[in-house]
Amino acid sequence: MNSTVQPRRPVETGVPDPFPYMHPLMRKNYGAWAWHDRLRPGVLHHVAKSGDQIWTVRAGTQRQMDVFTIRKLCDIGDKYAEGHVRFTTRSNIEFMVSSVDKVQPLIDALNAAGFPVGGTGNSVSMISHTQGWLHCDIPGTDASGVVKSLMDMMHHEFTHEEMPNRVRITTSCCQINCGGQGDISINVQYTKPPKINHDLVSKVCERPAVVARCPVAAIRPALVDGKPSLEVDEKKCVCCGACYPPCPPMQINGADSTKIAVWVGGKHSNARSKPTFHKLVVANLPNNPPRWPEVTEVVRKILYAYKENGRDFERLGEWIERIGWPRFFELTGFAFTKHHLDTWTGARKTMNMSAHVHF
Amino acid sequence: MSDEDKHGQASSGEPPAARHSTPMLDQLEAGPWPSFVTGLKRLRDAGDKAYAPMMNDLLGQLEHSYENRTGYWKGGTVSVFGYGGGVIPRFSEVADKFPQSKEFHTLRVQPPAGYHYTTDLLRQLCDIWEKYGSGLIALHGQSGDIMFQGCSTENVQKAFDEFNEIGFDLGGAGPALRTSTSCVGHARCEKSCYDEVRAHRSVINEFLDEMHRPALPYKFKFKFSGCGNDCVNAIHRADFAVIGTWRDDMKVDQEEVKKYVAKAGRKYTIDHVIAMCPTRALSLNDDDTLDVDNKSCVRCMHCLNVMNKALSPGDDRGASILIGGKRSLKIGDLMGTMIVPFIKLETDEDYQRLIEFGRRLIDFFAENALEHERIGETMDRIGLPAFLEAIGVDPDPNMVNHPRTSSFVRTDDFTVEAEKYFERKAREAGLNVAAD
Repeated sequence: MNSTVQPRRPVETGVPDPFPYMHPLMRKNYGAWAWHDRLRPGVLHHVAKSGDQIWTVRAGTQRQMDVFTIRKLCDIGDKYAEGHVRFTTRSNIEFMVSSVDKVQPLIDALNAAGFPVGGTGNSVSMISHTQGWLHCDIPGTDASGVVKSLMDMMHHEFTHEEMPNRVRITTSCCQINCGGQGDISINVQYTKPPKINHDLVSKVCERPAVVARCPVAAIRPALVDGKPSLEVDEKKCVCCGACYPPCPPMQINGADSTKIAVWVGGKHSNARSKPTFHKLVVANLPNNPPRWPEVTEVVRKILYAYKENGRDFERLGEWIERIGWPRFFELTGFAFTKHHLDTWTGARKTMNMSAHVHF
Repeated sequence: MSDEDKHGQASSGEPPAARHSTPMLDQLEAGPWPSFVTGLKRLRDAGDKAYAPMMNDLLGQLEHSYENRTGYWKGGTVSVFGYGGGVIPRFSEVADKFPQSKEFHTLRVQPPAGYHYTTDLLRQLCDIWEKYGSGLIALHGQSGDIMFQGCSTENVQKAFDEFNEIGFDLGGAGPALRTSTSCVGHARCEKSCYDEVRAHRSVINEFLDEMHRPALPYKFKFKFSGCGNDCVNAIHRADFAVIGTWRDDMKVDQEEVKKYVAKAGRKYTIDHVIAMCPTRALSLNDDDTLDVDNKSCVRCMHCLNVMNKALSPGDDRGASILIGGKRSLKIGDLMGTMIVPFIKLETDEDYQRLIEFGRRLIDFFAENALEHERIGETMDRIGLPAFLEAIGVDPDPNMVNHPRTSSFVRTDDFTVEAEKYFERKAREAGLNVAAD
């Protein structure tokens, strides 16, 4: 160590100011927009109170991008747009232009480079997803691979606006569900209690903290082969995996026991109905890389049942609210089981406490 | 070791080491959607770049994960000088097989509010990351950060220093204030009810110490959406959600309403706008103009979304604040709960009040939450009355779907509480109150 070298102190600048990077028309009309419409899927047209107009072309990306992909998007942004871009919450890139004449050449350039234009209005937007095997320390699957497989299947629905309303899909690689709520959610579901490596627990884990993490109080301290460790009451265990991040020797993942579940009806927006959580449809799907065909098939069935039966502006959960769960299970062909009956705190409030029945 | 030497030489111009075969990942190159695998291979095949051998082994490890359906990363401790968080350390558990990617840390970097970039800026970020990292960047992670993925321990500080030199700062990780997000809002949306960039930057930049030196019981997230459409998913995904709204009447351009009805049809308008209003606040008149019962309207945004040109938010704008949204761990999912139905957001003082309310919540959380407890869980544990008292907010009927249905509560001070309510109402109405 060279003690004469002083490490550089960080400049705590926090959130960067976006105004130097914002398209000049957006800067000029900041807070003064009047209305917008959509020219075609993937193209927004905003009109400011000043009369200024701006066109936005939205394209899908793979989110995990190599610098060459980003530079290619920049080249397109310089040549066909005006050097200003932004990203949506769902990793779509947006190019803003000040003239409608620039829209079609920009779309052509994006398509030629393999970037689908769409994701606006009542389309299926890009899936919001997590890191998976590529970078996470506790993943049950690889979100990027699941997402690539699903987006290939749904490419037409990204580039067209043919759904009753927008469809927001999420995936998560463990039950913490960093991907969040979705109209359809594809999430890892563990099926077996953790397998404990008793040689490592006392070396790696802060045992009281691990005990405290368990939502069903199924973990207790124990001496195993004379060593301080932890044990799990497997009858109580709900296989949530909460003990695994603070204590990696409590391995929750297994090549065959880590499964995938599909959920529906989550919604963040307040439009019409209040925000809702997604609900279980199918569990125990195989975690089947590299293309997860069983998962893709389940999502396809749900998506197209909604597309064919939903009314304009009904989100997926609102559609089910109208037709009822019996009809949903009929239309999609999935089984309704005891595992669909909630058993968690507040479960009773999810039951039908009325004489309202769908036939 | 000989393997490692080979890779080491690859970056200095020697022929590259043998590529790992990736038959499973190769299948993710087919199909119309942009392929992240093709991108990883581009980095692997960038022969003159220092990161090429690292990305070869990264692809090897990922293929190994696909074969065995198992992840092979573990955490650790890596940070930059002066900060305790913001770097996600990743050490490979199969470094013997894939030594070049044995360290593959992520730098979480806060993006400009609203995710605005110039192409020049993106190129600068790429150049820095190409020099010190893997060349792999996620735009953006679920917390809202730019995720610079894949950096050796040695290069973390160097990469950060260069990002920091061009005005970028690390985001949050661990039990800390986390990176925030805000919607496009004022920059390009007619529904935006407050200045999201201003709220986002002034709140987060006030509490950077809580982000850079993690000392909270657990994570704490702010998110900012300009209206009830909540495009950044704040209500569910943030401990502190700021959702734009307005108090006065929505604006109706009756000529545009008529144009909409003429185009969409009367039946369509009734079925898809009037009948879809959640509080039956709309009525279509015989002359195809719109009646709005503004006192019944809950600002859900549906009719404004559909009749975009005809309807817009009122002038008395600000935000609602919902507290306690979170995902599953530990007690189950929670949506944020309405705590402040309206905070005006217009003047400097208004934004200062928002910051002060944020401070009150962070202080409450720091002092009262148990280890690894989110504020939504603390609220549930102590009950809403105690929570409100602790943060100095009065009860309001907008906080509930309906009043309690259980009689199991001690109410001997009900009359006192009722008097406080009437005094509050009188004060709001500008009347003199005896207690003053």
